[in-house]
Amino acid sequence: MPSLKDLKNRIESVKSTRKITKAMQMVAAAKLRRAQEAAEAGRPYAERMNAVMAGLAGASAGSDSAPRLLAGTGDDKVHLLVVMTAERGLCGGFNSSIVKLARTRANELVKAGKEVKILTVGKKGREQLKRDLSSHFVGHVDLSGVKNLGYTDAQGVARDVLTRFDAGEFDVATIFYAEFQSVISQIPTAKQVIPADFEATEEAADEAATVYDYEPEEEAILADLLPRAVATQIFSALLENGASEQGARMSAMDNATRNAGEMIDKLTIQYNRSRQAVITNELIEIISGAEAL
Amino acid sequence: MADTMQFDLVSPERRLASLAAKAVQIPGAEGDLTAMPDHSPTITTLRPGLLTVTAEDGAESKYAVIGGFAEITAEGTTVLAEHAVPADEMTSELLEEFLSDAAAARDNASAEDLDALAKTAADIAALGNELGVSVRTNA
Repeated sequence: MPSLKDLKNRIESVKSTRKITKAMQMVAAAKLRRAQEAAEAGRPYAERMNAVMAGLAGASAGSDSAPRLLAGTGDDKVHLLVVMTAERGLCGGFNSSIVKLARTRANELVKAGKEVKILTVGKKGREQLKRDLSSHFVGHVDLSGVKNLGYTDAQGVARDVLTRFDAGEFDVATIFYAEFQSVISQIPTAKQVIPADFEATEEAADEAATVYDYEPEEEAILADLLPRAVATQIFSALLENGASEQGARMSAMDNATRNAGEMIDKLTIQYNRSRQAVITNELIEIISGAEAL
Repeated sequence: MADTMQFDLVSPERRLASLAAKAVQIPGAEGDLTAMPDHSPTITTLRPGLLTVTAEDGAESKYAVIGGFAEITAEGTTVLAEHAVPADEMTSELLEEFLSDAAAARDNASAEDLDALAKTAADIAALGNELGVSVRTNA
């Protein structure tokens, strides 16, 4: 049975832990709002880009001269997995669930006899994948110094990926990130970016119906826009990831705060009981002492 | 004929403008063009330059745009610019940053891309002159 002093120390320490988790939760809530705003602000661009690209891609699909970014290399031997995670921990299962998805995919591909290359964005994913997949690592993008995620950061990642593609290092690129649903739910997602795959949304179908004049001609535009479309997809994935990370951290810290509170209650009851026991003991001693006289 | 159309200017990070416009002057890759309501549907890439929007009341606003494309339909014009800054917020630091990026891209470029990238860098410098923002010319 722990002594009264031990219990008291324990309660104090849990109380300060609760203060920290509470503060982290509030910071995450504020950051989440900003991240969500950023994600929302980025949406119109990504949507238009997707719609226009879907129209363009539909028009040039099948033609022999379709750019390699769109048509692929005609092979799918070498896969590049771009695993995007957070730079920091303490955000519940956020990093692990992305890593888990990526790891499953990597193992499947290896089993199927494909070559797997991994590019990590964010420190946490790299640390977790290092254990069993470090031989597949080809690079790492460090975003730890970045405070406000900007398009230029995404461009950096995109440039890295595109240079590798141009050098013929891989055939298929897939990005892994968590799509933000709500504070309590973030869905780890895999999305193929090269060869580019533009979902034909309803809007895009309308788009295809309009006949556009292209200036310069279609293929030149396509060649110009495809790298940008890849950057845009990476950017929106990064933004989603940013919001997901803060959401995950917020709910993780909320849980931690609640658990700390429960623990404090339990310890306080235990503390009070022991204190009472000590008092009762003392009383018994005094009374039996008096009786003995 | 409608006298205004919907105009949207979006960058990856935010929506800069969304208004009813009478005319939009766009720095297209193959030359400037002015989009007015009922323009035939066109998609054009942009060169770095100055985008001028004439609002319904005739007020003009200018934006410096770098990279991206414009989509023109009869009902409206959407400009997706990789970087877009309202002209009066453009500073020489910002421009220099763009310019040095472009210059770096040019210097690392392979022979076939060299022309295009050199033009981009020159266009950005020209944009600076147009705005009266000074930049080092040796970039």
